[in-house]
Amino acid sequence: MSSGTKVRPRAGADPGAPAARETSVRGQLAARWHRDRVLLVLAVPGVIVLVLFHYLPLLGNVIAFQDYQPFLGISGSDFVGLSNFSVIFNGDPEFLNALVNTLIITMVQVLFVFPLPIALALVLNTMLNERAKRLTQSILYLPHFLSWVIVVALFQQMFGNGGMLNEWLRSADLGTFQIIGVPELFKLLITSQVIWKDTGWSTIIFLAALSKVDLNLYEAAAIDRAGPLRQLWHVTLPAIRPVIVLLLILRLGDSLTVGFEQILLQQGPVGAQASEVLDTYVYNNGIIGGNWGVSAAVGLVKGVVGVVLVLGANRLAHAMGERGVYSK
Amino acid sequence: MTGLLETTAERRARRNRHPASDERPAWMGRQPRWATAARGGLLTVACLAVIVPFVAVVMTSLAPQRDISARGGLVLFTSEPSLAAYRAVLSGGVVTRALSVSVAVTAVGTVLSLACTIMLAYALSRPGSLLHKPILLMTLFTLLFNPGMIPMYLIVKQLGLIDNLAALILPVVVNAFNVIVMRSFFLELPGELTESAKIDGAGELRILTSIVLPLSKAVVAVVGLFYAVAYWNAFFSALLYLPSPEKWPLQLVLRTFVVNQTPLGTDELSASTESLPPQASIQMAILVMSVIPILIIYPFIQKHFSKGLLIGAVKG
Repeated sequence: MSSGTKVRPRAGADPGAPAARETSVRGQLAARWHRDRVLLVLAVPGVIVLVLFHYLPLLGNVIAFQDYQPFLGISGSDFVGLSNFSVIFNGDPEFLNALVNTLIITMVQVLFVFPLPIALALVLNTMLNERAKRLTQSILYLPHFLSWVIVVALFQQMFGNGGMLNEWLRSADLGTFQIIGVPELFKLLITSQVIWKDTGWSTIIFLAALSKVDLNLYEAAAIDRAGPLRQLWHVTLPAIRPVIVLLLILRLGDSLTVGFEQILLQQGPVGAQASEVLDTYVYNNGIIGGNWGVSAAVGLVKGVVGVVLVLGANRLAHAMGERGVYSK
Repeated sequence: MTGLLETTAERRARRNRHPASDERPAWMGRQPRWATAARGGLLTVACLAVIVPFVAVVMTSLAPQRDISARGGLVLFTSEPSLAAYRAVLSGGVVTRALSVSVAVTAVGTVLSLACTIMLAYALSRPGSLLHKPILLMTLFTLLFNPGMIPMYLIVKQLGLIDNLAALILPVVVNAFNVIVMRSFFLELPGELTESAKIDGAGELRILTSIVLPLSKAVVAVVGLFYAVAYWNAFFSALLYLPSPEKWPLQLVLRTFVVNQTPLGTDELSASTESLPPQASIQMAILVMSVIPILIIYPFIQKHFSKGLLIGAVKG
């Protein structure tokens, strides 16, 4: 966060009488208003949008404390204290199921999805032919820009019962391989979809960090007879460690958020037991089921916990001597 | 800003250092052959994993029923491609309508988003200006805390935007991350340029339009792409805010007829032909059409994915 540099000296620094100081403060404000009014006007549309669609909904979270009825509205509904939160604190089975699924998926993805772009970036970084490297990158970035609907449709076409893989297996008399619509394999399915969609794109930030590594370090390491693996361990990885920590913090802060659209699209065949996560719980229970207050309460707690997680992980990073998301 | 991974100057410097070799620095020893082969194999497999589904989908959309029946599902090659599926889908009906909704939302949304984002980012690019800090903090805070789906829905409802296409645009018209990306780009521009323009009597608007924006084409292109892709791909907001199917964008139609496998008949296609193209071809044609716009603009923007743009943003 950049701090504002003061353009002109503060009025308080003048050794003037209180009355004179007041006028000079006012005069200075007027001068700044005159200087910056166009900037402020330019900011207005954006600020209005943020207030309307971010800060106003933030206040709308009061319905988490209400027995919200759509026909009564926010102002007409009764306040019920914390009773909506009892779902969370008394451990409603449906809620607990969603929470457990969310945490399992997060854990699987931090373990298996997070390291992949780092490895891929390291491999890409060893490509010496500039053209081939760019072409490879262009291809690998592309899936990131496809919507989840498209990705899910592609996976169905490739791996579904009538999909390409199974038709081929059948024609070769090898039986079939079912992954779509099987509750036990649902987490594996969505994890592989995340890998396919975002591994390539996630390399971009690691590649940027790798391109900034001082080549002289490698030269020095080579002179000290460090082989490729030692160079990787002692030069490359330390150089990209801040970026790895940063992204890990952001991922951990998002622990309670896992592929909402992706899961919503594929919930039908596998059922809630295997696929319900917190976000889909809020949607299915609130928008579809009409339990507005309870869903808002779950959403609110999820948001608050998310903030705590980001700030906590960031503090941990600072304690370990890393820069984190923001510097102190 | 031209290079994807390194600046032109950096690349030139590296070339000059090792002019003769295949860009392999003298100190970088030859790697064992199997290691090179393993890496090449890995990258090839990764690229094929992206390309093969596309080829299969495009080919199936062009294939006649005979090929599809023979292969059971997707085909990787067809000897007699035909555009019948596209003609059926584009001759009016559900898909055509959804396509026009998607194009309109994407076009209007991207223009509005870019305008608001450029203005806000420019307003925030003068540290020390009046209210600079509160507005910046207010923007950054939206990245930290998400208001949640239920209150968001209620606000959109309260504003009377349910079943209105504006609900796909207005709630997401300003994305704080994009504002920060653009702001950090503006901050990197040499201050002397704006200073001298000011001395020449140019106002802020003039500086923005004639100096800052022409220098910021790369960031405008990338942020524009991010917005356009987000509008084009929007699926959940349409599901949430648009109860009437006749207003659905392409992604929702894609979900109904491809993901959920609802068959498309003459009602949905308003095609009078008794001999409809194969169902699989029609489905894949919808899929292809939902991908094509991204494939078209992608190469133009892709060269701008440079390091400074995204890394600079992370610093906040």
